Amino acid sequence: MFSRTMLVLGLIFLYVPILSMIVFSFNNSRLVTVWDAANSPTLKWYGALAHNGQILGAAWLSIRIALVSATFAVILGTLAGMALARFGNFRGRTLLAGMTTAPIVMPEVITGLSLLLLFVALSQLIGWPRGVGAVTITLAHITFCMAYVTVVVQSRLTGFDESLEEAAMDLGARPLKVFFRITLPLILPAIASGWLLAFTLSWDDLVITQFVAGPGSSTLPMVIFSKVRFGVTPDVNALATIMVLLVATGIAISTVWMRLREKRRARDLQLAAAANL
Amino acid sequence: MRLSQLAGRRLVAGIPILWLIVLFMIPFLIVFRISFSEVRLAIPPYTPLITWHHGSPSLEVHWSAYKFLFTDSLYISSYLYSLKVAAVSTLCCLLLGYPMAYAIARAQPSVRSVLLMLIILPFWTSFLLRVYAWIGLLKNNGVINNVLLYLHVIKEPLALLQTDFAVYIGIVYSYLPFMILPLYANLEKHDPALLEAAADLGARPFTAFRRVTLPQSLPGILAGSLLVFIPAVGEYVIPTLLGRTDQIMIGRVLSDEFFENRDWPVASAVAILILLILVIPIMLFQRAQRRELEGAS
Repeated sequence: MFSRTMLVLGLIFLYVPILSMIVFSFNNSRLVTVWDAANSPTLKWYGALAHNGQILGAAWLSIRIALVSATFAVILGTLAGMALARFGNFRGRTLLAGMTTAPIVMPEVITGLSLLLLFVALSQLIGWPRGVGAVTITLAHITFCMAYVTVVVQSRLTGFDESLEEAAMDLGARPLKVFFRITLPLILPAIASGWLLAFTLSWDDLVITQFVAGPGSSTLPMVIFSKVRFGVTPDVNALATIMVLLVATGIAISTVWMRLREKRRARDLQLAAAANL
Repeated sequence: MRLSQLAGRRLVAGIPILWLIVLFMIPFLIVFRISFSEVRLAIPPYTPLITWHHGSPSLEVHWSAYKFLFTDSLYISSYLYSLKVAAVSTLCCLLLGYPMAYAIARAQPSVRSVLLMLIILPFWTSFLLRVYAWIGLLKNNGVINNVLLYLHVIKEPLALLQTDFAVYIGIVYSYLPFMILPLYANLEKHDPALLEAAADLGARPFTAFRRVTLPQSLPGILAGSLLVFIPAVGEYVIPTLLGRTDQIMIGRVLSDEFFENRDWPVASAVAILILLILVIPIMLFQRAQRRELEGAS
């Protein structure tokens, strides 16, 4: 009974701030938290947002960085997850396992500082990268996102035993064919959720990005942070509402897709069992 | 194993290892090395490690950055303050998260996935915006104060923002899913027969919980607490937006040294000192993670 009460209270705690942001995004008053009953609800902050070139530009930059980072993070993370789940005790295993779990908990200020110092050292040594900007942000994002993808892919792979892959090998399939015909379909849900996770983390990151960004490469979180540091602004509420709606839609779609996949899998298994009778 | 297959495996493991060596490990070595330099007005703004005198190299190691950290009380106090904030927040997270995870693990399987989704959903929305939402709630003329004034619980608005309390709220709020998920993964595996056996032997529910459930869930408690504690020590956004102005946390110190004072050696030394205290928790976390990922098969 106690634990159920705490669960309800905890869920209220989790959702009240988000709901209050949504409600106040329709408030007419500039004094964000004072409800102006006479002139609300209004969509004026959404209108203001649509004409805010700085926010739109930053959002577009963030989307492009997140798309590229998530894609590369998925490729690298899948390779790392495969190696950790399937290759037994190879040389460099401890190193790889350590380097893929550490970034998940590492305080972001340290990761950000160390990556910037690397870029500075590299540009002195080999003349690349020339200054910081979208490229260095993307490299940094790939690095911390791939750690999460690795964990997701690895845990999905350890859930399946290797017998399917071994059977395909025994039947003479080449390793690449085994990967594309057996392993990849098995871990596709993990790859999809790993990509979404990486996209969200990259889209959302502020601290690491601030270190490796340069003039003219302000991402959306950087613009939001510089606005809210000095108080609450109503157009940020409108932006938050749009982002919550997008995420909720995305999650709903991916949940339905996963459910359908699982159902189809269950039906296939039933058919296979029936055929064996 | 065929030779081509072996080469393929080397490639699969080698690419991510190489990437992480260049972009994760070497950067730390650079931080370590710069922490033993002195700041100077040049590009780069620190002294080189090796200098050449008449054709022979000599190693130049400066301890000044570290000495500086131990002479100015600002650094020690923000260091200790960060540890305190992280410890208190982790404890609060555990006290709230444990019953929540327990309730989810005991719920009907059909409800369970919905509850888990509700826990994870906020995590997918912007972290920065969720922290920002608390400014609107905690401000002097914010939602909480307005509601309490309206209900005549208080006469004067409470100062909630820019306090330790606001930072605890912010950290617990942002990191709660990280506490609940490992705890849930652990609690879900428990065998209810053990609790029945304890009840049959005459144990009261609380005794059964204390003697059976709690000891079994220690790995989950450890994993969840580390996932909250380690990043919380270096937290930057939450204390900057919600926290006190007279006492800053160590993550902010690092950032300010780098961006405001342009003192790269001191910023690097701060990073090394944070790592020094986190090395044991991080290794514990890696061990827990390894068990979780490899023990499953």
